[in-house]
Amino acid sequence: MDNSRQLFQYILSGLSNGAIYALIGFGFAIIYNATGIINFAQGEFVMLGGMFTIFFLAFFHLPLLPAIILAILFSTIIGIAFERLAIRPLKNATPLSLVIITIGASILLRGIAMLVWGKDTHAVTAFSGNDPLYIAGATILPQHIWIFAITLLIIAANKIFFNYSIVGKAMRACAYNSQAASLVGINVKTMVLLSFVISSAIGSMAGIIIAPLTMTSFDVGIMLGLKGFCAVIIGGMSSGLGTIMGGLLLGLLESLGVGYISASYKDAIAFIILLLILFIRPEGLFRTKETERV
Amino acid sequence: MLRLDKITKIFGGLTALTDVSLEVRKDSITGVIGPNGAGKTTLFNIVTGLYTQTSGDVYLGEKNISRFATESLAALGLVRTFQNVELFGKMTVLENVMVGLHTKSRSGIISCAFKLPGQIKEEKMIAEKARHWLEFTGLIADAPNSANNLPFGKGRILEIARTLAVEPQLILMDEPAAGLNSQETTQLAVLIRKIRESGITVVLVEHDMDLVMDICDSIIVLNLGKKLAAGTPREIQENKAVISAYLGDS
Amino acid sequence: MTKEKREILIFFIFTLAVLITPFFLQGSYFLNVLVFIGINTMLAVGLNLLLGYAGQISLGHAAFFGLGAYISGILTTRFGLDPWFALVIAAVANGALAFVIGFPILKLKGHYLAMATLGFGIIMFIIFNETVAVTGGPSGLSGIPNIQISSLIFDNDLRNYYLIWIITLLVMLFSINLSHSRIGRALRAIADSEVAARVLGVNARVLKVQIFTVSAVISAIAGSLYAHTMTFISPASFGFNFSIELVTMVIIGGLGSIYGSFLGAAILTILPEFLRVLRDFDIIVYGLLLIIMTMYMPGGLISGLTRIAEFIVGKIKSRGARHA
Ligand SMILES: Nc1ncnc2c1ncn2[C@@H]1O[C@H](COP(=O)(O)OP(=O)(O)OP(=O)(O)O)[C@@H](O)[C@H]1O
Ligand SMILES: [Mg+2]
Repeated sequence: MDNSRQLFQYILSGLSNGAIYALIGFGFAIIYNATGIINFAQGEFVMLGGMFTIFFLAFFHLPLLPAIILAILFSTIIGIAFERLAIRPLKNATPLSLVIITIGASILLRGIAMLVWGKDTHAVTAFSGNDPLYIAGATILPQHIWIFAITLLIIAANKIFFNYSIVGKAMRACAYNSQAASLVGINVKTMVLLSFVISSAIGSMAGIIIAPLTMTSFDVGIMLGLKGFCAVIIGGMSSGLGTIMGGLLLGLLESLGVGYISASYKDAIAFIILLLILFIRPEGLFRTKETERV
Repeated sequence: MLRLDKITKIFGGLTALTDVSLEVRKDSITGVIGPNGAGKTTLFNIVTGLYTQTSGDVYLGEKNISRFATESLAALGLVRTFQNVELFGKMTVLENVMVGLHTKSRSGIISCAFKLPGQIKEEKMIAEKARHWLEFTGLIADAPNSANNLPFGKGRILEIARTLAVEPQLILMDEPAAGLNSQETTQLAVLIRKIRESGITVVLVEHDMDLVMDICDSIIVLNLGKKLAAGTPREIQENKAVISAYLGDS
Repeated sequence: MTKEKREILIFFIFTLAVLITPFFLQGSYFLNVLVFIGINTMLAVGLNLLLGYAGQISLGHAAFFGLGAYISGILTTRFGLDPWFALVIAAVANGALAFVIGFPILKLKGHYLAMATLGFGIIMFIIFNETVAVTGGPSGLSGIPNIQISSLIFDNDLRNYYLIWIITLLVMLFSINLSHSRIGRALRAIADSEVAARVLGVNARVLKVQIFTVSAVISAIAGSLYAHTMTFISPASFGFNFSIELVTMVIIGGLGSIYGSFLGAAILTILPEFLRVLRDFDIIVYGLLLIIMTMYMPGGLISGLTRIAEFIVGKIKSRGARHA
């Protein structure tokens, strides 16, 4: 009984981390599909979400909801500034310089966060307390439920946006063929900007909902970003089911690894999976291979 | 010289080539023509091992090269140029051609790093031969310039010079006249003839019909991934199916 | 003067400058900084072969540096091996590892390659930290012996300066030679257009792995020398941040330029000394440097300096011509 309860706990925390990874992965996919850029600064938006929330809570003593909304707003503004200042001015940049610029942005954001908020680790109060709920003999924190609910909400909103709204469809058209899209009158630049808006908003949201469980500090962005990347690689760079599965799979393997093998190699697990996927199936687990154009 | 046997290529749901068979005679200039999207570049990509065909075989002489890696074909005497010019932009014009002599030299990392005597001799040989090919193609005056600063027309010629340095038996040229003005096109025609004279077989994808009709010994027409016709320029010009494919297309 | 003769002259002058610099310095502080510049130059040049020549990024090069340092440190402290012998083993082991992982890793391109090398770097960093029994874990490994040539022990800054810089000069010479050879050209060709290079018979896959291996070997040598001059190592020196710092050195110095790598290494070694007031906030400066250099000076400082020099030379020449 005790064993199975423990297993349940591992699975639960694995799934909730996994949901976060999936959301972060969405952020990668949305920008990649609009621009062909892997945004190495993606993780920093996750960090910004959590840190801004704490800032508004502790410094301005705002209630939780406005603090969250403002945090998302500010993170998104930074996302827009990033696109405007560092991405848009580039023309015909090589993948190498794009990698370097987004890395530059990532350490810049991290450094500024450290400068502004210091190096301490902060805890965000849970959205609705820390009293565990008992379901069928297992305990579950309210924050877990928040995480699952918000993740589902974002997934649904994402789906509706990209499949049913005009703007969402236009963004998909850009992803498919930006030249053709601009020929039919879609403003590709706006779509690129929009992709940064959406992904920094989703990223910061992910950072906000996980912060009460894991604490947060100026440097959480690296690891979370990389794990989100791992999720989206498993999912074959889609902002859909594949990435959700990827995130959940990664979260589960990680938490079971911590539970049954060793806690000290927790982060290594994600990277070993990442390397294996990149080596064996770089197109992701759920996609068929395409011929690269020459 | 080059023989394709029932090549089919399917991309996802799109069939780019269907059962294309053709033969290129030694010492000929063969043109491959067809409307946009006919599959001409795809054909070159398959022959040069950049794409893997869904089915069918490619023979160079008697050798089945269907599964050969791209980099191994230069040594067998098969090279190509690209529709979207692929120069080594950050290198000089001379250096671009020197890369073409890669298969003609042996020195490894160690002997290059320590400048062993053999390497120094080889380096001299490479520079000499590269200059020869720049003279052959009329680019010698541009030798020390950066390839990025070359005018477009010369860039196309440089790509050809680079492949000549491999001393190939067969060159595939993908739209060498695209973007050239009429004077440059005339010079190109002269160069291609000169290349053939020196014993190299040429296959040429081209939209410039005057050029094709002028220099090709035989022509193959592709349309929608299928071989529509093959023959001499005169036969092609009179072929009804070809005329209707082109007219229907435009 | 031919290009080749000019190259030789420049290298000669550079070497001379390196050899006489200690005579003009007082106190060991500057010498110590120069030793670090030497080690960083070696690392930056090694990375430049991969990043600047072949156009292949690595965000995990600190791992090779660390592995070299740890192999050397462990073999000498725990097994009593001679430092030179340990250095050779570190180099060979690193080369072998790079060769093996090189094939799957370098199949990847652009962003994917960046992520994979980053992942590799982080895995190695975790290993340095967690295999406490072998590496000493986060608190590090101390008591690493100095390098020794018969009775000459490299235990002060001046001796270390010459030890490190002679090897650094060799690495630089090696890389300059490589640049003007068929291998160097083939690598640069791969960076500009891999398909075109392959069509001309360049075996891009193998060549990329070879240069990755060479680069890892150079990093291992630097790591081993670092361990033996510092006599103490800890994982903190070999993390993700240092990998980024190395990339920054290569970029701000100038991709593909060996003297640029020296310049980048020098700047990034000296900068933190000036930025002491900023302590850990130097990463803000690195971030800004990376973005600004990539956007506005993609050729790095060395190309900026070359342009200025050419401008001045041009001015002098034209004035000379007018006077004549
Ligand atoms: N890597 C690829 N993936 C998917 N489809 C491809 C790929 N390469 C080519 N195609 C498709 O195959 C078809 C043939 O293309 P190809 O480039 O061979 O035409 P082409 O005859 O060279 O045309 P053009 O004269 O415009 O150069 C086109 O519909 C093209 O979109
Ligand atoms: Mg084509």
